[in-house]
Amino acid sequence: MASIDWAAIHADSRFQELYRRKSRFLWGLMIFAVVYYFALPLGAAYFTELFKVKVYGPINVGLLFALSQFIVAWGIAFIYSRKAQAFDALAAEITRSALGGRK
Amino acid sequence: MNLKRTGILAVLGAALGLASGSAFAQAVPPEFKYLTFIVFGAIIGVTMFVTYLASKKTKTAADFYTAGGGVSGLQNGWAIAGDYLSAASFLGIAGLISLYGYDGFMYSVGWLVAYITVLLVIAEPCRNIGKYTMADILAVRNNPKTVKTFMAISTITVSTFYLTAQMVGGGVLVKTLIGIDYEISVIAVGVLMMAYVLFGGMVATTYVQIIKAVLLVIASVVMVVLVWGQYGFSFGGYLDTVVRDPKVQAQVAALLGDPAKQMSALELGQRFLEPGLYFKNPIDQISLGMALVLGTAGLPHILMRFFTVPTAQAARTSVIWAMAIIGGFYVLTLFLGTGAAINVGPAAITEIDKGGNMAAPLLAQFLGGGRESLLGNLMLAFVAAVAFATIVAVVAGLVLAAASAMSHDIWVGVIKGDHATSEQEVRAARICSVIVGAMAIAIGILAKGQNVAHLVALAFAVAASANLPVILLTLYWKKCNTGGVVAGLVVGTLAAIALVMVSPNMTYPKAIKASAQKVLDGESALRAKLTADLAAATDEAGRLKLRKGIGALDANVKKARADLELFKGQETSLVGLEKPAFDLRNPGLISIPLGFLAVFLGSLLYRDRRAEDMWEEVFVRSNTGLGRAGAQAH
Repeated sequence: MASIDWAAIHADSRFQELYRRKSRFLWGLMIFAVVYYFALPLGAAYFTELFKVKVYGPINVGLLFALSQFIVAWGIAFIYSRKAQAFDALAAEITRSALGGRK
Repeated sequence: MNLKRTGILAVLGAALGLASGSAFAQAVPPEFKYLTFIVFGAIIGVTMFVTYLASKKTKTAADFYTAGGGVSGLQNGWAIAGDYLSAASFLGIAGLISLYGYDGFMYSVGWLVAYITVLLVIAEPCRNIGKYTMADILAVRNNPKTVKTFMAISTITVSTFYLTAQMVGGGVLVKTLIGIDYEISVIAVGVLMMAYVLFGGMVATTYVQIIKAVLLVIASVVMVVLVWGQYGFSFGGYLDTVVRDPKVQAQVAALLGDPAKQMSALELGQRFLEPGLYFKNPIDQISLGMALVLGTAGLPHILMRFFTVPTAQAARTSVIWAMAIIGGFYVLTLFLGTGAAINVGPAAITEIDKGGNMAAPLLAQFLGGGRESLLGNLMLAFVAAVAFATIVAVVAGLVLAAASAMSHDIWVGVIKGDHATSEQEVRAARICSVIVGAMAIAIGILAKGQNVAHLVALAFAVAASANLPVILLTLYWKKCNTGGVVAGLVVGTLAAIALVMVSPNMTYPKAIKASAQKVLDGESALRAKLTADLAAATDEAGRLKLRKGIGALDANVKKARADLELFKGQETSLVGLEKPAFDLRNPGLISIPLGFLAVFLGSLLYRDRRAEDMWEEVFVRSNTGLGRAGAQAH
């Protein structure tokens, strides 16, 4: 494996494309997830009245917001697993040509 | 092989022997005690059989540390869930919800969101770069001996904090559930866990975690169906019962104190579904949230699980499965907690355990027909056995992580300069497992009666302040180097620990003595008033309440005298403070930024050409998985 030219792969436009797309997507999703999560304790502390508003029977905004955290977390996992297949394909292509080029 | 079989049978026999030697049962009535032993025996027997099978497969170092990289994504997902859903989340969160309603549920959310960090930025790169331990990831572009030494120390530190909380919590739990002595419970947990790790390594640990997670989910689903099913699975209809329940209303009234007198019964019930009954300090909660969201991705025993799968894709699949299982479990917990509140009642739950940890087991007993019924006690026995399996499985994962750091990073990496045969390394790993396991038992027994609940939070805080910054920046920042890694690990760990040492988590004798003195000063006046009221009371209910009040006063006075005696001549906390110097219970808010800052400054001051030259290799490998052919061959 020592014979792999890492610098060449790193400079390859396909690799640059892969990591640019990947980092924009991943960090964007990560920031959204963190902001959405911290809205829960902050909302519970500073928007208590809003959290108490009843929506259906005893079910209130706060309860729905807490439950939505689960949906959002699963949604992020689902979106990522879909998107990642495109990254996998690109990574596999780079790997193939790198290993092919060595021979 | 015969030796192994004999060893496993001996452990099985000893564990059962310990279990049947118990004096009396607390949660389980004595005439149903045999049920507990049958269920415990069955679960221990199955896990021991799996360990026996696993021991045949555990030959090389890769087998021992990472199950040869042959675990599938689905299996690993269940194992991560099994590793993560400790007794604290299984029993603790159900308990919090049963006592404090909404806040308990809100608390559970952070534990799931934590996996988004693991999924998006940690799991796949770690799989692509690492081999057996966290230090392996750092060793690629830094000075291997230096970073391995520091990372191994941090791994052992984090695992020991977590381990202590598990051992003490486990000892108390087993004692409460089936009445075995605390010390014997700790030894039983320790011996079983050592048997799994020692004979079966990562293969057995993985299967024990999977079995435990499956049992946990089955138990929870059955209980939720029984609790919720009678309402036709209507969420609104079920919650309506919760807010109308007199036991729930009484609990809220007790928590709120005076303001509750202005509220109607229904308002009190509704308050149970609103925030603020448990969490009083939002900043502290943010601090805890940061430690959870960033710390989970830095827990050595969780990260180690990603080395057991063959590819980055399998690592990704395993996190997605883990998120489905863990999240689903916490949603079920909402029903377990509220179900315990309406069926068992907060008062009855705190009677057995003040922290509410017995909510789920008592709910199981109730659902099966109550304390006097066969089915009720069978269900209690099952949940108790699952709780026991939970502790053993989590502890096994922790011991394996700490032992790997000791044997692979320190002994092989630093002392032998990476020159050890696979056989030598497996032997070293087994010896280290025994050392860590014996240490866990000793700590568990020494820490008897200590309040160790905050140690789990501290483990997360150290993981988030020290481990995560160095792993993240090694993977994503070109200029990160040995200087930054060492600075980050040292500063992050020390900052988190130091802040906890001066926080309200510690014991402050002066404050305790002051409040004890206050109880004693007010005793005679209160006693006179209660006695006079009792003489004047006309109805039986009123008299009963006052007698209870006198009983509570007696207990408080006794406790106050004991406190004064205990802290006699002692004015300051362990580190010499009269009152907390730092107001937050969770240090993450301060220590996490400090950890990151230390990595930045350390890296910039140290400057290392090699680390920068290696950047392209590390970055390409972490993004493509190239260079991992050795592991993929499995």
